[in-house]
Amino acid sequence: MSEEVRDDGYDDFMDALEEGDPYYIECANGHASLPPRRLCPECASDDLEEAALPETGELLTYNVTHVPTPAFADDVPFVLGIAEFGDVRLTGQIRAESEDVEVGESVSIGTDVSETNGERYIAFDLA
Amino acid sequence: MTKFGEMPDRTGRDLFADAGESAIKDAGIDREEIDALYVGNFMGELSERQGHMGPLMAKMLGLDVPATRVESACASGGMAVRQGIHAIRAGSADVVLVGGVERMHNMGTTGATGGLSVAADDLWEIKHGITFPGAYALMAQRYFATHGGDREDLAEVAVKNHANAANNPLAQYQSEITVEKVLDAFPVADPLGLFDASPITDGAAAALLVSEDYAAEHDLDAAVSIAGTGQGTDDLALQHRDSLTWTPATADAAEEAYTDAGIDAEDVDFLEVHDCFTIAEVLALEGLGLYDPGEAITAAREGETTADGELPVNLSGGLKAKGHPVGATGVAQITEMTKLFRGDHVNSDAVENAEVGLTHNAGGTVASAVVHVLEVEA
Ligand SMILES: [Zn+2]
Repeated sequence: MSEEVRDDGYDDFMDALEEGDPYYIECANGHASLPPRRLCPECASDDLEEAALPETGELLTYNVTHVPTPAFADDVPFVLGIAEFGDVRLTGQIRAESEDVEVGESVSIGTDVSETNGERYIAFDLA
Repeated sequence: MTKFGEMPDRTGRDLFADAGESAIKDAGIDREEIDALYVGNFMGELSERQGHMGPLMAKMLGLDVPATRVESACASGGMAVRQGIHAIRAGSADVVLVGGVERMHNMGTTGATGGLSVAADDLWEIKHGITFPGAYALMAQRYFATHGGDREDLAEVAVKNHANAANNPLAQYQSEITVEKVLDAFPVADPLGLFDASPITDGAAAALLVSEDYAAEHDLDAAVSIAGTGQGTDDLALQHRDSLTWTPATADAAEEAYTDAGIDAEDVDFLEVHDCFTIAEVLALEGLGLYDPGEAITAAREGETTADGELPVNLSGGLKAKGHPVGATGVAQITEMTKLFRGDHVNSDAVENAEVGLTHNAGGTVASAVVHVLEVEA
């Protein structure tokens, strides 16, 4: 993919996250999802709105990645986790030493860039 | 199936032709009788710039029949088998060649890691650094936090599957390992180490399926019958699942296959499950309804799933030790189980009186699952 070509919906989310204003997609029945969406993945409702993402999330799980994909070849080792913000779960890299990370901890969300190729990714900080 | 292992110079087409020709010879059926071909393959485009493998593989075997590639990540092979069954049940074919192939070593470790990651969600997983081992490490960590268990319990799964492969001439690793070796191995994605992971593997597998009518008309003594098939689907991205330790795609596939075969989970005598990582075998046994959630973590340690246990699991060595050429794996489960049933597998003695076997093949982090029930007459 050329770097100039955006992924609509996804890059809009990442722009908003970078500006400290992240959101998620909520359907008329209260189901949460992530863009791009035309229909709710749970109930297929097409009545979708953007809603503010809670500022802190709970870390559900994490790993310490030592063997990366080529896009993160110079970034290892790194701590990767899934955190739950309200009804929304996101995957991102945790900016902390692995010894300090535990399942159940509170994290905040932002963006960072790969040391390998400069592409941005979701980053979590221990709250 | 071909020997599984490190054969970076062998092309996918040569591997597939090797396995396909073996399957046709083994079945003793004239190749003119074959009505259709289904080929499972995951990442030919990435490993050898080769898509569109249906026609390619047909001609490699001298076949002039409808030929289709099937892709469902690491479940591609099992899905190819399922397509073959559907073609036969629909009455559009009597004899179908199903197979799978993957060439991986020519990509190198980082290249193969990148290739395999494509089975995940590009926007919400891959872009943020997830890898295939990393995703299963996330499931393992959550399992430990939710249900308990530790790396040593998982190591027992690897030790068991290596022991099963020790004398299997087709396996990539024909050596036993110890719990200590697993625990001390390089951490690919902590809490999973190198010996929690199935290896990078080159290989292919193929099987000939025939309809019941064809077998009767031609007086064929088919070794086993595929009595049930089932498939399940879940959110592609792990993060979107309600639970990180429960795999609904496996449960749905199993339920459909059990109903199709007219059996219950308790009727299964032995299994080949998708142990791409040690934790995956645990999640599979729970999803298949053979253990309650949180209970399968100790199955290998307690000896319940070893070759001499009550419910032998992965007597072929599993993906873990037999090897995991991803597109071939689901077909190799069928061919290994067939040999286990008919008595010409090195571990056949462990299942001498078995009547019902189950194969479970999963794609990605079990966003896809396919289950088959194999039976022999008592
Ligand atoms: Zn909805």
